[in-house]
Amino acid sequence: MNTKILENEFEYSKPGSLEEVLETLATKQNVRIFAGGTDLIVKLKLGALPDMEHMLDINGVEELGKIETRADGLEIFAGAKLWSIESDRRVEENYPALREAIQAMASISVRNMATLGGNFCNASPVADAVGPVMCYGGKVRMQSKRGAREVNAVDFFLAPGVSVLEKGELLTSVYLPAPKAHTGHAFVKMGRVKSDIAKISITAVLEREGDRIASCRLAMGSVAARPLFLKAIGEGLAGKAMTEALAQETAQNISDFIKPIGDNRTTAEYRTDVAKVIARDALVSAWKNSGGTL
Amino acid sequence: MCDKIKINLVVNGEPVTFEVQPHVSLLRALRDNYYYDVKCGCEEGDCGTCTVLLDGIATKSCITLAAACEGHEVWTDKGLGYNDALAARLQAAFVECGSIQCGFCSPGMIVAGVHYLKHGGKADRRAIKRSISGNLCRCTGYVKIVDAIYKVAQEIERGALA
Repeated sequence: MNTKILENEFEYSKPGSLEEVLETLATKQNVRIFAGGTDLIVKLKLGALPDMEHMLDINGVEELGKIETRADGLEIFAGAKLWSIESDRRVEENYPALREAIQAMASISVRNMATLGGNFCNASPVADAVGPVMCYGGKVRMQSKRGAREVNAVDFFLAPGVSVLEKGELLTSVYLPAPKAHTGHAFVKMGRVKSDIAKISITAVLEREGDRIASCRLAMGSVAARPLFLKAIGEGLAGKAMTEALAQETAQNISDFIKPIGDNRTTAEYRTDVAKVIARDALVSAWKNSGGTL
Repeated sequence: MCDKIKINLVVNGEPVTFEVQPHVSLLRALRDNYYYDVKCGCEEGDCGTCTVLLDGIATKSCITLAAACEGHEVWTDKGLGYNDALAARLQAAFVECGSIQCGFCSPGMIVAGVHYLKHGGKADRRAIKRSISGNLCRCTGYVKIVDAIYKVAQEIERGALA
């Protein structure tokens, strides 16, 4: 037998209701949430979580597996598998950048298990599905015994592996507001092969008004200590007429906003150079996707 | 030492009870109970040779906890071969197309292929490649594996297979 066993020994529970989940979170020590397990189990196998004492499986709570239409958007609950999100008609029609990002993640058998909530809670600066949620103006909803709260997806991340989630809190859902008309979407990811973890990624979502950009939002992965929302760049584009020159100029300025590092996937230099290329590509393809011409 | 949990599940159509500790993976529980057709490769969700159908969905058993499978249904490559006409046909196609060299990836490849074909997969080489993107093979260069799945997909489209 292979020697990669889980180092920790821990308790395991799979409650049937959200109340019980929150109760366990509030009372037990060193609890980890199990949604898909594709990050958690691998981390345990690598011995990265020596303190974990309790594994709390949320897949027993039926409502946490749902994707629900809301009056003004879509609510994707924490236990919904990536596979069910990418094959959802509402996501395909309204949030294509999210669908593309998910389809660029890992393999089908991993996407059958993994969740969007897990991609957030893992809080990796590389997380592919996070950029699109930020660009669609998404919100993250959390709940604990003390009550519920909501933060903008762009404010959710603090540092590698660290988010605003507090002890005893559960990410319950990710909420996406309905996109406006003439919205253009683009997601670009560079990896060695398609299912690899990204070397670098970018999402662009813009609204077009004739030949002008009404508003634009950009987010990048793997260029800073957390998934990066490029607020100033996006806002700077609002009201401008879209041209190839504008896309080039914006892309050149990107290096002022990013602080990539070198790691086992690629170098800081590569990320700095390629950021400009994919920023231009993402802007142009989002523009064309919105029905605009160049 | 954590207490063992009793889990009831259906493996290859047979109801079974495993006694496992909470930190034991489904892969390990299966192999401990002599389901040796489920292979153990990287054990961290990359190589795909441990792929099984969990409630009809291709799943990597090495990063699935056995404890989380209470009440679920598991099918392995071998069980599928004996009980499912489509899976048996795909196994035969692997032999016909020369898709097996060392054979270590084959159980996972076949389960991934069964998932693809059972979820409406067409005879489309690109889509087939995407469907086995979570399974590594170090011998064949994948071409013959894609050939085998393609062949069965064509047979389904021609109506030669139910």
